[in-house]
Amino acid sequence: MTSYIARRLLIAIPTLLVISFVIYAVLALAPGDPMAQFGRNPNIPEEVRDNIRRSFGLDRPWYERYVFWLRNVTLAGDFGFSFNSRVPVSELIGQRLPQTLWTVGIAYLVALLIAIPIGVVSAVKQYSWFDRIATTFAFVGFSIPSFAIGLAVILVFAVNLRWFPLIYDTTLEVIDAESFFKQVRQIAMPVIVVAIQQSADVTRFLRSSMLDNLPLDYVRTARSKGLAERAVVVRHALRNSLIPVVALMSLGVPGIFTGAIITETLFRVNGIGELLIRSTQNSDTPVVMAITFIYAVLVVTFNLVADVVYATLDPRIRYS
Amino acid sequence: MVIFFTMAVLFGPSVYTKDREELNFDVPTMAPPSAAAPMGTDDLGRDILARALFGGRVTLAVGISAMIIAILLGTIIGAISGYFGGIVDQILMWITDTFLSMPTLPLFLLIVYLFRDTLTRSLGPEVGIFLLVVGVIGVLTWMPTARVVRASFQTLKHREFVEAATCLGVRPSAIMFRHILPNVISPIIVAATLGVGTAIITESTLSFLGVGFPPDLPTWGRLVTDGQNFLEFAPHMSLLPALLIFLTVLSINFVGDGLRDALDPRSRL
Repeated sequence: MTSYIARRLLIAIPTLLVISFVIYAVLALAPGDPMAQFGRNPNIPEEVRDNIRRSFGLDRPWYERYVFWLRNVTLAGDFGFSFNSRVPVSELIGQRLPQTLWTVGIAYLVALLIAIPIGVVSAVKQYSWFDRIATTFAFVGFSIPSFAIGLAVILVFAVNLRWFPLIYDTTLEVIDAESFFKQVRQIAMPVIVVAIQQSADVTRFLRSSMLDNLPLDYVRTARSKGLAERAVVVRHALRNSLIPVVALMSLGVPGIFTGAIITETLFRVNGIGELLIRSTQNSDTPVVMAITFIYAVLVVTFNLVADVVYATLDPRIRYS
Repeated sequence: MVIFFTMAVLFGPSVYTKDREELNFDVPTMAPPSAAAPMGTDDLGRDILARALFGGRVTLAVGISAMIIAILLGTIIGAISGYFGGIVDQILMWITDTFLSMPTLPLFLLIVYLFRDTLTRSLGPEVGIFLLVVGVIGVLTWMPTARVVRASFQTLKHREFVEAATCLGVRPSAIMFRHILPNVISPIIVAATLGVGTAIITESTLSFLGVGFPPDLPTWGRLVTDGQNFLEFAPHMSLLPALLIFLTVLSINFVGDGLRDALDPRSRL
């Protein structure tokens, strides 16, 4: 087992290196100039501009800068300075990350709470009216772009019902019960959007995995032992059905983070997705590079987690 | 449904002849749907149905062309990888895995944003962005097809008809594309159908995030974005185009799902 994980890690590292190199190259070779906003300002003389360039190390060829960047990131966790705000990139991201983690985390929990019962019931009662509604719901969730769900949610809950505020208040600090309640209300809409999409996915996976497991011999054995139907389904079939679902879900985690880019833009939540959009528009290369790299790390890590989870939970999988 | 939408955007603009750019301040702006304007008007008094019909052409064209690129790339890579095996297979599959590990949405954003200006300058705003969006979506979504094709090639290449063809001295490329490929066409068709849906969603998402087509080219995603600011008093402006995207993708996915059920009796998703 340990050697299996070690081998997977050894494959993951070069993959990450290649990805970071590709992103860096795309950023460096792109025709846009990070100094464009200074370039447009006629008050800045040519030599000052050159000095600014030099202070950021932009006078060197890009592959040299890549090696430099890579060394800083791997040895010191230092992503450099933001061009725009002159703050270390790690500090900028540190300010933004909690919001994203909260939204994504709560949404995932909500999605699981919705999806697991629905998936189980619709598999146990296959082709019942409940199953039909659930599968249609899952299919719809799979076909609708998340910003469309977001707009519908805004329209229903913020414009018509006025339950939740339209705009996310980024300065709100949770100090007492009242402000906590306010925070809950403003995080509700982004959470609903992410949760709808996630639960649609998980429901589909879980239903088909349950359908694979229910006709198997061990379920029949459990039934013939005289166990209650509830125990058979929950303790025997569900447990085994969750193995592939857990693996598929950990593959989906990075997707939720990148999907949060859309929800954050839509609801104006100040998470890292929104920071990425803004930095892209400002050509703030170090920030863009750092966030994209974080996403890449997430993808590779969770691919690894999926494999390891699969191998640990299911003894039938051999580590070869 | 799919045919209806395709017909609508192909022939709609010639039947429904209202000018999509006409600024009409005689009619109420941001008016909800009525007999005069079936999908309402926007903040400048432009007829949304006319814009949506025209934009639908672009949206569907993006979806289909991106799918074609993805399927071509995926099929070729999967075929070579599955047929030859060995070191070629290993290298190609490593490339596939690396592409699968790329954070796609941020990369879409980056590439489209960074290269937009250059391509716009050299090829004109519409053609330039079209090629860029289609190319980026195609290049970043071929991996699942490659895997499916590779798996099918691996099982098929030991069959008798392939051996017979080899014995007759048929060239490898002809065996691959003339003998084996027709046998794996059904999963490819399924992947292609579902690919169109994904590509449409991606394009509208890019437009929504503000890195898609220029504002004068009203794709469906663009229309949704434009209407977003008026959501409180004119919800039809963004909801109706969003509904169009949703219905199109939903019907495409239904077709794809139906095809999969029909062609692959094992799947039950």
